[in-house]
Amino acid sequence: MRLSTLKTAACGLALVAAPLAASAEDLLINGQVEINTEVQPADHMKGIVPVVRSGWTFRSPETQVLQMDDFDNPGMIFVDQGMSLWQTGDGETGESCADCHGDMAESMEGVRASMPKMNPEGTDLWTLEENINNCRTERMEADEWAWESSEMLAMTAAIGKQSRGMPVDVEIDGPAREWWERGEELYYQRVGQLDMACANCHEDNYDNMIRADHLSQGQINGFPVYRLKWGGLGSIHRRFKGCMKNIRAEPYNRGSDEFKALELYVASRGAGLDVETPSVRN
Amino acid sequence: MKRTLALAVCVAMGGSVALADMLAPADVTYGDYGAVEQSLTGTPGDPENGAQVFLARKLGNCLACHANSDMADQPFHGEVGPPLDGIGSYRTEAELRGMIINSKKTFQGTIMPAFYVADDFTRNQDKFEGETILTAQQVEDVVAYLMTLTD
Ligand code: HEC
Ligand code: HEC
Repeated sequence: MRLSTLKTAACGLALVAAPLAASAEDLLINGQVEINTEVQPADHMKGIVPVVRSGWTFRSPETQVLQMDDFDNPGMIFVDQGMSLWQTGDGETGESCADCHGDMAESMEGVRASMPKMNPEGTDLWTLEENINNCRTERMEADEWAWESSEMLAMTAAIGKQSRGMPVDVEIDGPAREWWERGEELYYQRVGQLDMACANCHEDNYDNMIRADHLSQGQINGFPVYRLKWGGLGSIHRRFKGCMKNIRAEPYNRGSDEFKALELYVASRGAGLDVETPSVRN
Repeated sequence: MKRTLALAVCVAMGGSVALADMLAPADVTYGDYGAVEQSLTGTPGDPENGAQVFLARKLGNCLACHANSDMADQPFHGEVGPPLDGIGSYRTEAELRGMIINSKKTFQGTIMPAFYVADDFTRNQDKFEGETILTAQQVEDVVAYLMTLTD
């Protein structure tokens, strides 16, 4: 359901959706794809934040507009690259993603919205990157792509875009529970010489300025994101690393169990927000 | 290590900071509400240098969190902590020193970093291990600067 519908529906019933009604303007892409950027918290987020907000709502109008039209969105060329990689055979078998999965728009719809999730055997939590690399090594007999390689960023952007406008909905029960709990612990763990936790900035202080930065809730529904500062796309784990370095903490590695757990937990904090991949940030 | 060396050189050259007068982070004593009476160096703080420490992103970076009208010419004042206008009128020097050294003794669980604590922090970067964010004299300088912020 889109924000506008939600608002009207809620207003017809009662004033329960007051925070939503007071919200900023909606994100409408290409004049047609409506994105929910402010939603009511899921059960596990009740009492933690009154409204769950996309990072887009915290950006300046100049940055916001770059995401409102795909011709202006500098992340879109990487999506195109990812779509051609999808068709390209590789590895010992010479197969392409398309050989097994067909049309990306159909087979990958909703995938980003549910990531990360347990692998088929239920033995490990897999991010989108790991799912892609599993196909490469097991099915194509090709080399893994490095986490932050241009190929991986292009492919995660292209696959992510197939979920654009679909609400984040990650599984946090069952075998994923342990991972989620570890992620929650890490979110509140103070680290580094500045001795801060993710929560100090993104839960206690979102909407406040910290020097030139307008603090958001640190949501990941738009990743991989095109960051003007990076001049390119970056992964979720790259962002986590950056935030840890800023507080003078020794970051975990990309793809580490710690960052995978944190990714699941942070994704769940944004449950209900629509996927925006590829989003644009400053 | 680096700092001790610099100090040693300083002393050898007849610098004003004598090692014996410098209070190590572990030797600081706090009052009930986190105030610290004793100067960390015995050398009066320099408010002008304190203003620089307040501003510098790799030192105090206090402006990141606190608005300060005295620095109205500077862009980007933070909103995370309270504005510090007039702070020198309603806080004592000892309270301010305690706040900079280890604000957690005054405000439990605060986001404000402790600027003169060298405990093992969790996952601290190697290059900061055993180091404080500010030197003892920089703390005294910031305190002297804050004392000039009167109504
Ligand atoms: C000292 C404050 C601070 C801490 C602590 C911090 N961050 Fe951030 N973070 C920022 C700032 C500033 C930005 C850029 C503006 C924004 O989106 O909030 C940011 C951005 C982000 C983003 C990008 C959001 C988007 O919309 O693109 C994510 C994700 C994020 N942080 C996650 C984390 C996680 C996870 C942790 C803990 C490991 C953490 N942050 C710790 C300050 C912090
Ligand atoms: C990351 C944020 C942050 C930084 C950096 C920071 N502070 Fe603070 N400061 C706070 C917060 C938040 C409070 C309020 C205490 C609380 O409730 O947690 C505070 C409180 C104070 C107070 C007490 C105000 C009062 O009314 O008693 C003083 C003084 C102060 N800070 C000075 C400084 C100075 C000087 C620096 C730099 C050397 C600094 N702060 C750096 C966040 C910060």
